[in-house]
Amino acid sequence: MIDARISVIGDRLKNVKRVIAVSSGKGGVGKSMVSTTVALALAKKYRVGLLDLDFYGPSTHLILNANEKPVEKNGILPPTIANIKFMSIVYFTEENPAPLKGKDIINAIIELLAITIWDELDFLIIDMPPGMGEEVMAIIKFMKNAEFIVVTTPSILSWETVKKLLIFLKENKCNVLGVIENMVMEKSIENEIKKVSKYLGKVEFDENIEHCIGKPSKLLESKFGKGIEKIVFYILQ
Amino acid sequence: MHEWALAEGVIKTAIEKAKEHGIKKINEIDLKIGEMQDIEMDIFKFALDELMKEYDMEAKVNIKIQKTRLRCNVCNHEWSFDEFKLSDEEKEFVHFLPESIFSYARCPKCGSQYFEIVEGRGVWIEAIRGNDD
Repeated sequence: MIDARISVIGDRLKNVKRVIAVSSGKGGVGKSMVSTTVALALAKKYRVGLLDLDFYGPSTHLILNANEKPVEKNGILPPTIANIKFMSIVYFTEENPAPLKGKDIINAIIELLAITIWDELDFLIIDMPPGMGEEVMAIIKFMKNAEFIVVTTPSILSWETVKKLLIFLKENKCNVLGVIENMVMEKSIENEIKKVSKYLGKVEFDENIEHCIGKPSKLLESKFGKGIEKIVFYILQ
Repeated sequence: MHEWALAEGVIKTAIEKAKEHGIKKINEIDLKIGEMQDIEMDIFKFALDELMKEYDMEAKVNIKIQKTRLRCNVCNHEWSFDEFKLSDEEKEFVHFLPESIFSYARCPKCGSQYFEIVEGRGVWIEAIRGNDD
């Protein structure tokens, strides 16, 4: 038996120039804020999509204040929010928990990739869940050209786990653009990161960031937003 | 999955697989569709016909709907999709993304959310028949 959905995934993404998955081995490092802000910064000049694959803890819809819904037309057309085409599981699960397991996660990803009509994009940014679960495997399998940005904080608890993700991605021949060091206060682990991967830059801890959630333009203007915008330069090389 | 997107997946997969197996003209496709996909059959068949015209194909598509079977991992109870009392909106969500069932349904016997879809989701090509000239 052949899964009839797989063949259309390549077609759905054929006009997407670059797919960038924002990942981290660890939760709580600000991955969703980073992925959304990378998307917002790129959307100033480029055609950008944002896909939230963090099924257990989707949050990019809150950061963007995404109230518009997708529209059904020969598939699903993602709504445009703050100049970004946006898709998330929350459009189908609303505010309920989504306790998906192994093969359910893969099936949900296949389904979302098969039905979402992104059309032409310069960048599709994917907000990944923490860890090395099914979502990472699915990206490696179905989006062979995907590039990875890995997020860590300077904490050893974060970095030790993130290093494992970097080793895993390297072993699986994934294209890792580099590491963003987020929430930097006094101590930076730049030199540690550089031993393992390309260092994309640091973003200082922004004590006011909570006030920018749901306000995309304010987010871009924040200390955090400006820090991310500088780093986006590396993505464009 | 949306009917048009689904039909597109079927036609493209059939063409791809036929090519791989040296089939030049596809005469028949056997399809199995999970009940949870909740396909509008008229729209789906229309989409298949239109896409076949686009790809210069003329094949008979045999469609079998696979009933849904769910099993609770806590109490082992098995049940079917129609035992759920979902609202129209929830049904619509499940139609687009069958895995959203885990957000709305519980085991009818013990109330657990820890259940699995044993059968009845997905779109599967079971067989493609044709000739090589």
